[in-house]
Amino acid sequence: MDQTLKKDRAVRRSKKEKKITWSLIKDQRQLIYMSVPLLAYIVLFAYVPIWGWTMAFQDYKPARDFSEQKWVGFKHFEFLFKDDSFLQVLRNTLAMSVINLILGFVTAIILALLLNEIKKIFWKRTVQTISYLPHFLSWIIVTGIVATSLASDGIVNDLLMKLHLIKEPIQWLSEGKYFWGIVGASHVWKEVGWNTIIYLAAMSSIDPALYEAADIDGASRYRKMFHVTLPGIKPTIIILLIMQVGHILEAGFEVQYLLGNGLVVDWSQTIDIFVLKYGLAQGNYSLATAAGIFKTVVSVTLLLIANGISKRLGEERLL
Amino acid sequence: MANQTIIPGPASAAAVTRPVVRRRLEPILFNTFNTLFMIGLVIVTLYPFLNTIVVSLNAGNDTIRGGIYLWPREFTWQNYKAVFASGTIYDAFWISVARTVLSTLLNLGLTTMLAYTLSRREYVFRKPITLIFILTMYFNAGLIPGYFLMKDLHLLNTFWVYVIPSMISAFNMIVIRTYIGTIPESLVESARIDGAGDFKIFIRIIFPLCKPVLATIALFVAVGAWNSWFDAFIYTSSHQELSTLQYELMKLLSSSMNANGNPAVSNGVGMTQGSSMVTPISIRAAVTVVASVPILLVYPFMQKYFVVGLNVGSVKE
Repeated sequence: MDQTLKKDRAVRRSKKEKKITWSLIKDQRQLIYMSVPLLAYIVLFAYVPIWGWTMAFQDYKPARDFSEQKWVGFKHFEFLFKDDSFLQVLRNTLAMSVINLILGFVTAIILALLLNEIKKIFWKRTVQTISYLPHFLSWIIVTGIVATSLASDGIVNDLLMKLHLIKEPIQWLSEGKYFWGIVGASHVWKEVGWNTIIYLAAMSSIDPALYEAADIDGASRYRKMFHVTLPGIKPTIIILLIMQVGHILEAGFEVQYLLGNGLVVDWSQTIDIFVLKYGLAQGNYSLATAAGIFKTVVSVTLLLIANGISKRLGEERLL
Repeated sequence: MANQTIIPGPASAAAVTRPVVRRRLEPILFNTFNTLFMIGLVIVTLYPFLNTIVVSLNAGNDTIRGGIYLWPREFTWQNYKAVFASGTIYDAFWISVARTVLSTLLNLGLTTMLAYTLSRREYVFRKPITLIFILTMYFNAGLIPGYFLMKDLHLLNTFWVYVIPSMISAFNMIVIRTYIGTIPESLVESARIDGAGDFKIFIRIIFPLCKPVLATIALFVAVGAWNSWFDAFIYTSSHQELSTLQYELMKLLSSSMNANGNPAVSNGVGMTQGSSMVTPISIRAAVTVVASVPILLVYPFMQKYFVVGLNVGSVKE
């Protein structure tokens, strides 16, 4: 059976794969006119800059021609991994990524479960629409709101004082130990509503017969949530988790750059800020490019691994 | 909506011999908790934004005294007048509008055209071109090489650096292509029999039929363009006349954050008014409202489109 299937597929493939001939190209010239200029565009803007990676292996000086640059091999990479500030940046990036990942998943799933239990359609739609709002605000606006709320006379300190939980306002943004948590909370505030969309869609495709069967067995609401709804969206959760793994070094740039300040610099700097600082601000293009390459290579590797795992699990491939 | 069918009717509750009180009480408790939770969510989401609007409508010197929550104490339009009287913010507003409109139009036209060609199964270069585009979703050359490319292309300090580098997105292309796949092939075939070429088919048949998915993509692209500030920060920061609204807002925020709310630093905005009613805090609030309201007015009406669009996008490759 397996063999006939393979043969069938091979036959179909040979039929499908036509030889590229001049007459075929002439026939499809309109498709070619419509797509090849766009192909040239993407090659120029996405692939040509990779040539710039050569900078990481040189002591790059903008004034010199390419042939005059001094090649130094892996010197900049070695420097990076001996540099305490880069290791710190790496730690910050990983920590904030993991915090964002876990907080993001848990809160979105809980919110989706609770939204799914609302029976009044109008109320549900209203809550959903409002919960999408922060997603459409820029990080500039969101960090502005976060900074205002966490100021010494901001609403958070105000509330905590009125509830007598603290005696003096906490300087949230001047202490490094709070920074990762604030970044995580900001992400949750901005994206939790938006992230429920995909889970709610998965929930609406769960077979209603499963709930009816659970009802007959006398299952309570919680039991149905944990034993019907949650398993029903498990494939979606796994796929999204795997997809996120490839982005583990992308803790973000905007939040940390906009919320960070001199006092929390040891906790706030990520790889992207490191690249910006060394590259564009200090003109050390080679070192900055090396850090950027490191990030890209790790991300692509993780993605390929994730892709392999999801293939094993029999889920849809991502690439 | 499917879950409407699962509400247990009163008959099923009576048929069960379990403790009736518990079965009745439990849903009530749950619903109360759930409603309270959702009200809390709505408050936490809306309050900071409503508070910003109120601060922007309150006299600046009064706001400093504190205690402004959900209603202005000294109502005034002065902050908005100051914002639009300042040439920098007025110009930045129009630069933002221009880049958003242009980006959205170009993205829709070009990405849809590409998606159409890559949806044609007979197209000989379909596979290699698709692969080349999809790979761009997973890597990028990075900040420094990108900067040098813009420099070599003479895009630095021009308006076009906002538009040209982001005319096509591979992700949007896949979303649109998936949608095109649901359009009956017979439409294309019958047009071909009538002698229409691919370009004509795309313009006359495919593009108009893609309206629902294009609404979603337009929203995504417009929000991205309107909200971006990093390109202004990196590529055009030495040319004030090219600054965007979000970048101006960023400058206002960082100057006030570094100075710990010291009113002396405020980019000169509002100072020309010679009015003590206008302070950096109230200016910031007014600019925040101006920068967010255009999108917030649009998105609720697009909800039914983007919810569908997002789920099409998740059906990958």
